[in-house]
Amino acid sequence: MTRYLGLYFTRIGFSVATALIGVFFALPLVWFIFAPFNPRAELGLSIPEPFSLANFETVFQNGFAMRGLWNSLVQSVGGVILVGAGATLASYALSRSPIPGKSVITYILLLFSSVVSGSAAMVPIFLIINGIGLIDTQIAVILVFAGGLLPTAMFILRDFIDSIPKSYEESAMVAGASPVQAFFDVALPVIRPGIVVVVVWAFVSIWGSFLIPFILLRSSEKIPASVAIYSFYSEAGTPIVTLLAAYSLLYSLPVVILYLFASWKFGFRFFGGIKA
Amino acid sequence: MASIRFKGITKKFGEFVAVSDLDLEMHDGEFVCLLGPSGCGKTTTLRMIAGLETPTAGQLLIGDRDVTFLHPKDRKISMVFQDYALYPHMNLADNIAYPLKVRGEAEAKRHARAREVADVLKIGHLMERMPSQISGGQQQRTSLARALVYPSEVYLFDEPLSNLDAKLRLEARGFLNHLQRDMGMTAVYVTHDQAEAMALATRVAVMDAGKVVQYAPPMEVYRRPATTFVANFVGSPPMNLLPVEAMIADGALHLKADRVSVAPLPVSRAVAAALKGNGKLTLGVRPEHLSIARGGEANAITGQLFANENMGPEKLVTLERDDAARFTARIFTDDVIALDATVTLGFSSEHIHLFDQAGARLPMDGEPV
Ligand SMILES: Nc1ncnc2c1ncn2[C@@H]1O[C@H](COP(=O)(O)OP(=O)(O)OP(=O)(O)O)[C@@H](O)[C@H]1O
Ligand SMILES: [Mg+2]
Repeated sequence: MTRYLGLYFTRIGFSVATALIGVFFALPLVWFIFAPFNPRAELGLSIPEPFSLANFETVFQNGFAMRGLWNSLVQSVGGVILVGAGATLASYALSRSPIPGKSVITYILLLFSSVVSGSAAMVPIFLIINGIGLIDTQIAVILVFAGGLLPTAMFILRDFIDSIPKSYEESAMVAGASPVQAFFDVALPVIRPGIVVVVVWAFVSIWGSFLIPFILLRSSEKIPASVAIYSFYSEAGTPIVTLLAAYSLLYSLPVVILYLFASWKFGFRFFGGIKA
Repeated sequence: MASIRFKGITKKFGEFVAVSDLDLEMHDGEFVCLLGPSGCGKTTTLRMIAGLETPTAGQLLIGDRDVTFLHPKDRKISMVFQDYALYPHMNLADNIAYPLKVRGEAEAKRHARAREVADVLKIGHLMERMPSQISGGQQQRTSLARALVYPSEVYLFDEPLSNLDAKLRLEARGFLNHLQRDMGMTAVYVTHDQAEAMALATRVAVMDAGKVVQYAPPMEVYRRPATTFVANFVGSPPMNLLPVEAMIADGALHLKADRVSVAPLPVSRAVAAALKGNGKLTLGVRPEHLSIARGGEANAITGQLFANENMGPEKLVTLERDDAARFTARIFTDDVIALDATVTLGFSSEHIHLFDQAGARLPMDGEPV
């Protein structure tokens, strides 16, 4: 009997502990959802009273912040296109061609990429971009991101493509397809789930980055949301909580939407081959 | 349809020689089986015909065209892959019609043609399914349909039946045989199943370590295996082989081994050339040519009973000899045979095969070489 009682209390204790941990992590999220609709929001959690869209009105009137969201979109989409297309073609070539030492190439690129996108390389990157006259352009931001993310994207995709049987394209070519046709008709659709993973990952990485656009961009009309968010801090450096909350919610929406869209459309699952 | 010719084809992977100096001719309308153990270079040979592998040396002709360096798409061939290689994102209709799509055929027309072929193969009702939604046998027929949907000069098969269960395999084998009679296609078929090769081929190329050791019609390969390797590979169970002491005396060949008695044989020219007096030979007898000795047999072999397996119409009786070598007899009888611990098997002289020490066949006089 006492044994069961002990088990019973262990169980309750465990549930309470997990609930507490859950609450601890959920609270910021709840704040994040409530605060934007509360015209008197503070750092403490409170139910909006009255529930209002006044914060959003103010934010929408802030042209600088709104243009920031647009710039984020331009830079992210631009970067994603470069990373997606580049990584797909490069990793397909690396996976299918008999280049000797191709694994070494990928690993070396991977190693360097963590240096390139790290803050240690900021000075050289700035100097290079300055040298080729691209400072304070969106292209510069897009190129630097593409360069930094490509190796990892290639690494992920190559692994994925390696697991897809070569016989798909081979059977297409025997059937009369040129290598290009075989790639677009057969290989690409099979690789697509892998590309989606890379695209979502690249988008999220660029969308959330602060340091690179902060260093490479100067004019206020080119600055992305991750940097523009600082316009909701007062001169003294204290955040204007109400506006910051509303803007943060807007800022996070594209990422959430992209996740939902990708998982609805592609389910984030890999096709794999047909079982033998 | 077209013939295929290998002229001194060699394929190396790095330093490893997968196919070495292959000379082979396949006639128009022939069904050639490449038969051999795993790793002997069958798939590599087939892939060179398809253009998926480029020979290191030599020349390959399909019909009169030199295709040695031609891209697969320009070779007018069809191929059925071992893993079927069905495109997972296309339904069966699109899978089967893909070769027509590449050739610029309109959708309605190519789907109609795909349906025609699929109906022949009894998968016409599955055209809307995805490859992952059909059984293994249906996948196999889908890949076959895709190979047959357009006219080709040469049809290539890489162990297309190896992923099917035994019953489906027999069915598909019968179908392929029928298809070959029907279409008279030039086909090259890779298999390591000797029964499949026997059943389908007009000629069998038995391969070992990148070389063709015998290239002949199936019955020829069965009746007169060129080497002990072929003898050991073809037949189910394969031929029994036994090393013997050989000696020519009084114009006759005398074979000797422990607990074996063989009546003196006529000395053929090949035996005379191989022996020059006396030496060692290998004696071969097929299991189906052995019977339980009743006394008075010209030739007999004795050993301890090792296994006695009932196979339905026949029985496999295996005896083990002192040197652990085994001898299997295939006995067709409905009688219950009482076997003792010691068994003697008899065989007649016309069923004896002889091989020299290197394993090459020593033909009887008058035997076609
Ligand atoms: N791409 C390759 N690189 C290196 N070696 C290879 C390659 N392809 C095949 N080989 C080697 O060449 C030899 C012949 O291979 P192949 O695939 O032709 O054998 P196979 O007769 O078809 O055997 P299996 O019955 O197992 O399919 C094997 O030893 C194999 O390891
Ligand atoms: Mg093979």
